[in-house]
Amino acid sequence: MKYLYYPGCSAESTGKAYDISTRTVMEKLGVELAELDDWNCCGATSYFSTREIDSFAIAARNLSIAQQQGDDDLCVICNACYTTLAKTNRYMAESAHVYEQVNGALNAVGRSYDGTKPVRHIMDVLINDVGLEAIESKVTRRLTGLKVAPYYGCQYSRPIGSFDDTEDPQTMDRFFEALGADVLTDFPAKLKCCGGMMMLTNADVALRLCHEILKSAKDMGADVIVAACPLCEMNMEGYQPRVNSAFGTDYNIPVMYFTQLAGLALGADPKQLGLGMQAVSCAPVLAAIPA
Amino acid sequence: MPSGEKIKICQQCGTCTGSCPTSYLMDYGPREVIAAFRAGMIDKVVKSNTIWLCTSCYSCTVRCPANIKITDLMYELKRLAIKYDLLPKDSKNPAMTKYFIDNVSKYGRNHEVGLMAKFMLTKDWGMPFRFAGLGLKLFTAGRLPLAPKQIRGKEEIAKMSAYLDAQEAKAQ
Amino acid sequence: MAEEKIGVYICHCGTNIAGKVDVEEVTRWAAEQPNVAVAREYKYMCSDPGQDLIKQDIQEHGITRAVVAACSPTMHEPTFRKAAGDGGLNPYLLQMANIREHCSWVTIDGDAATEKAKRILGAQIHRLPLNLPLEPIEVPVNPNVMVVGGGIAGIEAALKLAATGKKVYLVERDPSIGGHMAMFDKTFPTLDCAACILTPKMSAAGKEPNIEMLAYSEVTQVDGYVGNFKVKVTKKARYVDIDKCTGCALCTEACVVRKVPNEFDQGLSKRAAAYIPFPQAVPLKATLDPTRCLTLTGKKCKQPCVAACGPAAIDFDQKDEEIELEVGAIIMATGFQLWDPTPETRYSYGKLDNVISSLEFERISNASGPTGGHIVCKNGEPPKSVAILHCVGSRDENYQEFCSRVCCMYSLKFAHLIKEHLPETEVYECYIDMRTYGKGYEEFYKRLMDEGVHFIRGRAAEVSDVGLTPNEEGHLVVKVEDTLLGVTRRLPVDMVVLSSGLAPRADAKSTAQIFGFGCSANGFYLERHPKLEPVSTVTDGIFIAGCCQYPKDIPDTVAQAGAAAAGALALVDNATVKVEPTISYIDPEKCSGCHICVGLCPHAAIQYNEEKGVAEVIEAACKGCGVCVAACGSGVPQQRGYLDEQIFAEIEGALAL
Ligand SMILES: Cc1cc2nc3c(=O)[nH]c(=O)nc-3n(C[C@H](O)[C@H](O)[C@H](O)COP(=O)(O)OP(=O)(O)OC[C@H]3O[C@@H](n4cnc5c(N)ncnc54)[C@H](O)[C@@H]3O)c2cc1C
Ligand code: SF4
Ligand code: SF4
Repeated sequence: MKYLYYPGCSAESTGKAYDISTRTVMEKLGVELAELDDWNCCGATSYFSTREIDSFAIAARNLSIAQQQGDDDLCVICNACYTTLAKTNRYMAESAHVYEQVNGALNAVGRSYDGTKPVRHIMDVLINDVGLEAIESKVTRRLTGLKVAPYYGCQYSRPIGSFDDTEDPQTMDRFFEALGADVLTDFPAKLKCCGGMMMLTNADVALRLCHEILKSAKDMGADVIVAACPLCEMNMEGYQPRVNSAFGTDYNIPVMYFTQLAGLALGADPKQLGLGMQAVSCAPVLAAIPA
Repeated sequence: MPSGEKIKICQQCGTCTGSCPTSYLMDYGPREVIAAFRAGMIDKVVKSNTIWLCTSCYSCTVRCPANIKITDLMYELKRLAIKYDLLPKDSKNPAMTKYFIDNVSKYGRNHEVGLMAKFMLTKDWGMPFRFAGLGLKLFTAGRLPLAPKQIRGKEEIAKMSAYLDAQEAKAQ
Repeated sequence: MAEEKIGVYICHCGTNIAGKVDVEEVTRWAAEQPNVAVAREYKYMCSDPGQDLIKQDIQEHGITRAVVAACSPTMHEPTFRKAAGDGGLNPYLLQMANIREHCSWVTIDGDAATEKAKRILGAQIHRLPLNLPLEPIEVPVNPNVMVVGGGIAGIEAALKLAATGKKVYLVERDPSIGGHMAMFDKTFPTLDCAACILTPKMSAAGKEPNIEMLAYSEVTQVDGYVGNFKVKVTKKARYVDIDKCTGCALCTEACVVRKVPNEFDQGLSKRAAAYIPFPQAVPLKATLDPTRCLTLTGKKCKQPCVAACGPAAIDFDQKDEEIELEVGAIIMATGFQLWDPTPETRYSYGKLDNVISSLEFERISNASGPTGGHIVCKNGEPPKSVAILHCVGSRDENYQEFCSRVCCMYSLKFAHLIKEHLPETEVYECYIDMRTYGKGYEEFYKRLMDEGVHFIRGRAAEVSDVGLTPNEEGHLVVKVEDTLLGVTRRLPVDMVVLSSGLAPRADAKSTAQIFGFGCSANGFYLERHPKLEPVSTVTDGIFIAGCCQYPKDIPDTVAQAGAAAAGALALVDNATVKVEPTISYIDPEKCSGCHICVGLCPHAAIQYNEEKGVAEVIEAACKGCGVCVAACGSGVPQQRGYLDEQIFAEIEGALAL
């Protein structure tokens, strides 16, 4: 099993651990990842705000490189990158204008793209290609008894919804059940917004949103929140102390990339999972998993 | 914007506003944005805080019974606001957006440290202090590299943008 | 080709046609076409004076062929053919040219529409000399009628027909007739007790000698044609001899399997494997559930039901029975099903207790329902506040795009019932538009406002059980924008009722297929004409009534049932009926006997004559679909009125301009 791999900008800084743990987990599962050559930023939400067509064009540069580089699907880890890239495909198919403009821009730099490179979220790959049975068979440290709050985040299945439901996603639940965890399937904040980039610009709004998510997790007795997006992880984990001071709470809930927790279940060394990088300590999680 | 004409069939049901995580702070909720659009009073909305409070969570879009791509509409309005310099005085988001784009056009990738630094220096003096604790932790954990990564094809980004500028000029 | 004198009649249809097509120009042009003797235009050709133009020309100008350029032939071909017949011309020597649906309504440019109108008309002018006089085929009519579905629509239609002395077969799939109405406590807007007005009709239908009740039965096959349908009905095994069963229900009390979700109570109560769906059931007979009965599922059971049954009616060896009936007309009254709110996950139906469907609410507010008519939450406590959410699954491109018409009203009814039972309880109605269109409905809405119900104009965004403040803690929370205030509200409530739309039955398409008609895009049965023939289908002799056609309230359902009964009666009260002669025939001289058409005919109207070695069309069974015409490699079967040379002439005419 082979994929082209698009780490995304965060993987080089705040989300480094996501990238490291992804590579480790995929290796454990026998999935080969070939990093996309000379990839550029997907454009994220900000780029859409300049000129819509620019955002599609820069996203399409990546997709055009992917098409050149090989026939394998493009695997993406960050929710925002995933949505931006998949949305580019969708809009190129829906609108002849978008298609032409994007190709015009690509032609100007000697490239072209036909809008058909499959863009796959890493969870899509894990569930639908690797398969839960195969994953379960490789588990060496079952997460028995660990109460996991599956936090999907906004752009996981919204608005694309190609591999999971837009309102009631289940893939991450099934994934952690396969790893033996006690998944909080009814976690009501599964899809609630963490505030995203707003943490830097309107902190009080974003802090309040994180507060709601953390409260839900605490009410349900979660041992750990798992995330699938660098921004979500950063907001809920890195800013937990500020949520506490803003709302007089005392949250101390570990937040991990889902790949980090999966890595533990698959027997990876915590160091190969970037586990030292958390601001809220994951030690209680490590202690809670039966060896 | 593909299928933007759909706003004509908005039922004004309010599902979007009710689903929006930040609408309680918006001068106009997404439903009112659609209403203003249809009433030709969009200038009011563009100048309001609404669009800068949109987190791009797509909650509205997936629930709209008329399949109106409301999040895309919010982007569209941000574009208008930036283009015609109709920015609310105290909002920091437009600056963030701008720096982000500068970053990407320069390096091809977003350099988070550079982005934050520039943002803090120009727009939010208080931020470094509030951020200090976390920043230090992230830095020591290796999560905040100081040097930006640059891609080989970084001039491609600017060239594509120039091409699209020319296209836009031609269209007008 | 003989010299023919063609009359051309071009209709303005008010501005429907003349608003786009230059009718004067088309008339001028038509007058110059070969064989055309007169060309006229008129504002409304279908009116009496319009029809008289045709009759007069036949009589005074010796017109031998005619073409009416107007609307679709499905609309007025019969009208004009009759006019031609009245004038003394064989009706099949008149053709329609559809310049409305095919032209003026769908063309933006006036010049283009005028040109297209000429081509459409030219095609018919060109083919008319080739038309042959045809005689309608007259067939006898079977006077019996079958009604499929025993809800209020089917019961009403059956009773009306039976009253005229006709024999009616009432086929109902469930063990009892009654349909949805039997589940309700009260009915809007007058709040009549549903049982009080329905039960008498149900028992009247049960006792009526002219009605043969076939409950727990399904139609599996329909052959034949108007006036002469042959219908196969499967009577499902009840495992109870209904001639012996007295409906005493002792078997249901004796049965050891007691935990079967009771479908009549929407699963809110349990029934036994031997059951009578509800005490007023008609026929009042027991049924053994073949999926739950221990004996019938091959498990061990002491069979206490057998011991309990005085008349020894229980019969484990009973088999499904197939019967064949002959009827002249059929009325479809198969109703609707409630739209299942599960896919609308944001409302947490099936996830959170006390988020309930509208039919569940009907049952818990019903005096003979699972709670004895006490409106209570799952924990048995009466709710202190209830939110009723409108338009669940309705008016939504992702689910059902249409408005179900009755949900606003039944939601108001619910609010009233809550206020009546629990005056202290707060009730919130979250609606997009309040649709109270019927007689007495707006008044009912006003009354509810006066009763202190909170009306919030906004479609609920989501329902959760996450309380963010102490007064939300422990409650359901409905998030909704009050669009009149422009404020998003969080309503902490104890119960949420989801007012789902009415959906077509899951098997509506396959049922329609059995009977040979179609469904609209929204899945309900397709009527022949939305305004003028709302209870007919495209298949002559098959009528529709009630919610199988489209969601409607009980008054409209009953009115439609009466209309369908009248339609059926107008047919079966005659000794004979004329059927269209535009059917297929096979020239025995040319047929090589290859059999290809025999198997392909969807109406089994072609049989193989062993003696002569050729295929033959059974005239009475042929519906003129043309499948055999297209299928035969040597082009032997030909359809009268659509002969190859006639169709080629049309094509030439259309291209001639
Ligand atoms: C919650 C709710 C509350 C309502 N309250 C009111 C009210 O207060 N007042 C009002 O005027 N209207 C009300 N209505 C509308 C009312 O229910 C309908 O107008 C009415 O039930 C329509 O009757 P029907 O006979 O067409 O369909 P149904 O009641 O659905 O009956 C159809 C029957 O056909 C049978 N059937 C289906 N398929 C087949 C088949 N293939 N073969 C044989 N039998 C078949 C079914 O078993 C059923 O018995 C309400 C609707 C709902 C959902
Ligand atoms: S959800 Fe859609 S239809 Fe409803 S108010 Fe918002 S944009 Fe309009
Ligand atoms: S995408 Fe924007 S407008 Fe829509 S719900 Fe999310 S924050 Fe609100």
